[in-house]
Amino acid sequence: MSLKRVNAVVVGAGAGGGVVAKELSEAGLSVVLLERGGWPNFEAHDHDELISQRVTVLGNAFGPDDRRHRRVVSNGNGGWRVVVPSDGAYNNNAACVGSGTVSYGAMAWRFMEKDFKLRTTYRSVAGSTLEDWPITYQDLAPFYEKAEWEIGVAGETGADPFAAPRRQPYPMPPFPHNQEGLVLEKAAQELGLHPFPIPMLRNSVPYRGRPACIKCRYCVGFACEVNAKCGTHNTVIPAALATGNCQVRTESVVSEVVIDDRGRACGVRYFDAENRLQYQTADLVVVSASATETARLLLNSQSKLFPNGAGNRHDWVGRNLQGHAYTGAFGLFEEDRYDDVGAGATIAICDYNHGNPGMVGGGMLANEFIRLPYLFSGIRPPGAASWGRDHKEFQRKYFRRCVRVVGPVQEMPVFEARVEVDPVVKDDWGIPVARISGSRHPNDIEVGNFLAAKAEAWLKKAGAFQTWQTGAGRGVSGGQHQAGTCRMGNDPKTSVTNPHGQVHDIDNLFIADGSLHVTNGGFNPALTIMALGYWVSDYIKRGWKGSRFRS
Amino acid sequence: MPKCSRRHFVKALAVGVGGSPLLSVFAATPWRYFTVAEAERVDALCEQMVPGDEDPGAHDARVVRFIDQQLRGPYRQHQADYRKGLMGVDETSRELFARGFLELSWEEQTEVMRALESGKAKGNTWKNQSASAFFNLVRNHALQGFYGSPRHGGNRGYASYRMLGLDYPQIIGQNRYR
Repeated sequence: MSLKRVNAVVVGAGAGGGVVAKELSEAGLSVVLLERGGWPNFEAHDHDELISQRVTVLGNAFGPDDRRHRRVVSNGNGGWRVVVPSDGAYNNNAACVGSGTVSYGAMAWRFMEKDFKLRTTYRSVAGSTLEDWPITYQDLAPFYEKAEWEIGVAGETGADPFAAPRRQPYPMPPFPHNQEGLVLEKAAQELGLHPFPIPMLRNSVPYRGRPACIKCRYCVGFACEVNAKCGTHNTVIPAALATGNCQVRTESVVSEVVIDDRGRACGVRYFDAENRLQYQTADLVVVSASATETARLLLNSQSKLFPNGAGNRHDWVGRNLQGHAYTGAFGLFEEDRYDDVGAGATIAICDYNHGNPGMVGGGMLANEFIRLPYLFSGIRPPGAASWGRDHKEFQRKYFRRCVRVVGPVQEMPVFEARVEVDPVVKDDWGIPVARISGSRHPNDIEVGNFLAAKAEAWLKKAGAFQTWQTGAGRGVSGGQHQAGTCRMGNDPKTSVTNPHGQVHDIDNLFIADGSLHVTNGGFNPALTIMALGYWVSDYIKRGWKGSRFRS
Repeated sequence: MPKCSRRHFVKALAVGVGGSPLLSVFAATPWRYFTVAEAERVDALCEQMVPGDEDPGAHDARVVRFIDQQLRGPYRQHQADYRKGLMGVDETSRELFARGFLELSWEEQTEVMRALESGKAKGNTWKNQSASAFFNLVRNHALQGFYGSPRHGGNRGYASYRMLGLDYPQIIGQNRYR
């Protein structure tokens, strides 16, 4: 028996799905938004460093839990191991309404114009499936703008000389620099670089009924205590609910998109909060479950016309898994640089995103979010003690005198870096789990080392008396910035969806999350995922005929 | 019938079984997982990891309580590592100094720690368990208990937050330690 049919079912209430739910329900469609987790609850874990989304030694603050969820990852030697969500190798994204937008650092980047045209800019790269996006920055710009105004971004309009053109200013003024930012700003200017305040999905002033940030020590990894951080859980999803057309069903774990013999999506099967299998039929299905889970769901959705999974006729689902290698440097200072003003990251440069001599791509560099005491206990220069008196002395002396500059490398997509479905291992509901394997492209390591050297030079100029670089390993990417597994494109043979997120050959199945990214930018991807949510929704709304979707 | 709490249950058992030595040991231990002897060793290991100086160390911050609690929770899978590893620590101590870990001087204990860390520690236990892996496990747990939130049983009196001058809870516009 199936549940009452709706117009649209959206799988995953994160950066992409939250936006889609709002856009479609405001357009008059009846929408069910399914989320495997619950509503986020700040009080449950408070400012507990050991149960956050950043340090997970006692678990993930916003799920998923270790008891019911698992994945299989390659150990690099042809073997596999089972991992739980609190293990870093799991490549977790928060499982709650809002997902990563609850606990992120909230950097609000628009990708640059060249980020959509890497193949044209750099030509082909050996060992990479590098390609241009089928859409341009200009296509996405109005939807970036919508995300900035509806969800809320604080930034300094025009401060980044490398940024793509924009029509509207940021809706909120930028955050002032903390002490680290002031010191780094001066040094960057002396180096001829172009520093500017990081645009943030966080209220610098009261905005749309929520208060301004109080600049506490805890931000990235935590829910906001005063609700000043802007996620989909406190903006677009409440707006969707306010239309009366949208229902959010939490603790709902989707196992399959049901595709009929004619190749149309009929709805989804999911396990509800009481673990009962439900069948929600719908006129159209939007999957926005993050790059790993979206690929897993499509691969687990086998049908007569698509025996290898929905949209997987040409074996592109789950391919090109990307994230961000984070490289940079630490610097120690003679005087305090820590002023206990959060969130910590205030200043960035985009001087090295493109045009680096002899290199493909690059990345943004910024000062790092506040490193809380346990996380800092793992930060030491090479060769320093990792325990005992000297370790404690370092903690006491340098907790307030250590600055990090770091940034995300724009990764080269690799066909063999992939999400599959494990043939044996299942989760608590009996659904085959995601299996992750592959490795980073050598270019990512090279560009990462280049960025680390630039970060170190910046810290030295700022007065650091000792510095050390941190590079990237070859291990498979993914993490919270996971992307690329259901690439959009014009050619059905080399992509999973068309330029509007519509799965090739399944007209009423859409994807709206980071899976669509052809390349992942040298930036945190959240704002781009939100913009894609608006972009895909716009296409659906234009094709919506009141009772069903026509392409 | 009123609900029977764990305390009542233990009490009733103790009365009922009388002088069973096993049970009296069980009832007397303040620990959730460790035996009293194990807890003493973990306490000493952790103090080596984060020694007391002008600021409290792992002992004063009750890091052993943190680890003991987590071994009944998120660290459940490490119970056996501790049980076996702690035997190994005493074996290494006897190999090096002919005495158990708790009977050693501070400097001698530090030497045992170095042997464990390097993975070259001697002792039967380390023939099928990695000494350095056990060392790293205890170090990570000790640092978590010392620098993490006091709500989990360690970092008593906000010891590490005080050391770093971090107000906890952080109240914007107010500074309690300075």
